[in-house]
Amino acid sequence: MFDHRKIEEITKERERWEKSTLPNWIKQCPERQKEFKNHSGITVKGLYTPEDIKDLDYMRDLGFPGEYPFTRGLHATMYRGRLWTMRMFAGYGTAEDTNKRFKYLLSEGETGLSTAFDYPTIMGYDSDHPMARGEVGVCGVAVSSLRDMEILFDGIPLDRVTTSMTINGPASVLLAMYVAVGDKQGVSREKLGGTTQNDNLKEFFAQKLCIFPPKPSLKLSVDIIEYCARHLPKWNPISISGYHIREAGATAVQELAFTLYDGIAYVEETLKRGLKVDDFAHRLSFFFASHNDFFEEIAKFRAARRLWAKIMKERFHAKNPRSMWMRMHVQTSGCTLTAQQPLNNIVRTTIQALAAVLGGTQSLHTNSFDEALCLPTEESVRVALRTQQIIAYESGVANTVDPLAGSYYVEALTNEMEEKAMEYIQKIDDMGGVIPAIEKGFFQREIADSAYRYQREIEEKKRIIVGVNEYIIEGEEIPIKLLRVNPSVEKKQVERLQKLRRERDNRKVKEALEKLHYTAEKGENLMPTIIEAVKAYATLGEIMDVLRKVYGEYKELIII
Amino acid sequence: MQNESKSGRKIRVLIAKPGLDSHDRGAKVVARALRDAGMEVIYTGLRQTPEQIVEAALQEDVDVIGLSILSGAHMTLFPRIMELLKEKGLTDVLVFAGGIIPEEDVSELKKIGIKEVFGPGTPTEKIIKYVLKNAPKR
Ligand code: B12
Repeated sequence: MFDHRKIEEITKERERWEKSTLPNWIKQCPERQKEFKNHSGITVKGLYTPEDIKDLDYMRDLGFPGEYPFTRGLHATMYRGRLWTMRMFAGYGTAEDTNKRFKYLLSEGETGLSTAFDYPTIMGYDSDHPMARGEVGVCGVAVSSLRDMEILFDGIPLDRVTTSMTINGPASVLLAMYVAVGDKQGVSREKLGGTTQNDNLKEFFAQKLCIFPPKPSLKLSVDIIEYCARHLPKWNPISISGYHIREAGATAVQELAFTLYDGIAYVEETLKRGLKVDDFAHRLSFFFASHNDFFEEIAKFRAARRLWAKIMKERFHAKNPRSMWMRMHVQTSGCTLTAQQPLNNIVRTTIQALAAVLGGTQSLHTNSFDEALCLPTEESVRVALRTQQIIAYESGVANTVDPLAGSYYVEALTNEMEEKAMEYIQKIDDMGGVIPAIEKGFFQREIADSAYRYQREIEEKKRIIVGVNEYIIEGEEIPIKLLRVNPSVEKKQVERLQKLRRERDNRKVKEALEKLHYTAEKGENLMPTIIEAVKAYATLGEIMDVLRKVYGEYKELIII
Repeated sequence: MQNESKSGRKIRVLIAKPGLDSHDRGAKVVARALRDAGMEVIYTGLRQTPEQIVEAALQEDVDVIGLSILSGAHMTLFPRIMELLKEKGLTDVLVFAGGIIPEEDVSELKKIGIKEVFGPGTPTEKIIKYVLKNAPKR
């Protein structure tokens, strides 16, 4: 981007500055640390100049927003045209409780729904399964059948709101229920918009909610991608998730690399179904964390977009520019939030959300200040939503596209994140791809090591966490009201489920489950049969039990 | 610091994940810190029933059981674990816990024999010291 004579001049001037100006300053005011590093372990220099991006080629590396390689953003006008979707992850108690929370959030100005399911649901058990005792509705909403789903979206027109569902192993069942609710509301399937997380690969090393072994898990993910490509044109079949990888302890570079590699695996596997890359790649979506190091995060988002565009173009020969788009949802980082002095979390979340916006996200969840204590209360979640609204409407950062482009530091860091991620991608390629790497415990070990290092850094005060290892309030009493899920939820939910089992047409259910068994054994795409089964009011647990029988259950590879 | 009991045996600790909770970052960090401090650490892996945990404690002949839970299901699962431990005669094992456990539950848990609860932000150094001081002498 720079004339190389100009660069030589700058180099000379910098060397002079380092000899004449800098030493006096350092003498008067020595640097606070011998070395400054970001979360990925990349050394951050005191000063960045055009030298650091001397090889940057504007058209090759940045381009214009809405054009390849999309470093500057997916849309030409970005937030000047449309703000990001404000999508708050929500769910607790019964379907009635969460329906109420959804409506509350919409009335406070959120622009998309995002569903948190409880543990039994995310593990594919009904609310009356022995493993569900004490867990029903506690960490999300309990959904055991289409009946619950109907209540969950009661009075919410599915053609006017998009819904994201954080569900993986049982994603096909929950998507089937959503489709069924849409059918009942008379919303045509072409209009149904939303996202199933459906990223089963990262479960094995990040979120750990594994049900089936890796291969059938991947098959189920791809079933949804294929089904949506053919029947649900506006649905995002998968949200390829770095968030969980990061929150399990990974660095930003690891998050970036492992997520993109998962993306590669899904593309390769879907191609085997006889679809062309441009038939489905435009519907793949991504999900990242926004952690504390402001510029590192911004660089990560920009690098992610550029790298994915290149992968789609060069590795998979996509032709449609939309296949090269990395559409992303971002969530601020829960693990940076503290139980101590919880109101400080509002500030952390603001900084992280700002990084996501400056990084060009399409959608954002901001965590509530009670994150390290309980599920969000109405009050805490409202503050979190307001944080986004203040950034959007008051700060002015949404008024121009990719405002940090051209910053010597941000561009240099964007390049470095990309290079480091590429090294990992190469390494995983050499291991034979994601599944062999999972089976060897590669990701698990990498992430556990990073998590432990992070903890050590805090304990050795190499990393200051305000309120935790500095600026502590001794004997602090938690000054806020906590959300507690009413213990009667379990009873209510179990009663509803058992009533359903009595009243439905059990012959129809049995037939649907038998058909599912047969389809699963034959290795066909399961979506159509699962839709039939949920419409007959077969429960989540019954459907998942059939699949557990066919695929077997995953046995954890334990790595400390 | 002393990480062995009088008989010269290393302190044996079971780190357990009861229920469906699958947050394992904290449990692994704690397990590794205790191991680095010279203890013998056995980690159960995820999604263990109370029965499985107590069985593992018995099989592994542990001195300490550390329960890690972030799912809010502790008031259902912990009493069951304590009951089973009593049934199996494992009454001299030190049981303590960590994770997301509201303050108001801690006193209830102490009543049923959970000796201590450590929440988010606890230095592992503090956990190590606690075990060294309180592990039963065998
Ligand atoms: C990281 C995280 C995740 C990661 C987990 C990655 C992983 N593999 O562990 C991801 C993103 C996958 C995730 C998902 C979910 N999460 Co989560 N998660 C967190 C988060 C942000 C941090 C937890 C963490 O790892 N901290 C870092 C470690 C080092 O700290 P720690 O675990 O607290 O451990 C320390 C102490 O507690 C203690 N300790 C812990 N265990 C033990 C054991 C012993 C013996 C001892 C002595 C001490 C001890 O010592 C440790 C060191 O200080 C917390 C909120 C928070 N800030 O705490 C929510 C949180 C725990 N999650 C929550 C929920 C609801 C979920 C989901 C169920 C959401 C959903 N419906 O889909 C899923 C379930 C996934 C799962 N795997 O179980 C809720 C639980 C609510 C509740 N209990 O009421 C929380 C509190 C967030 C919230 N406020 O909503 N989550």
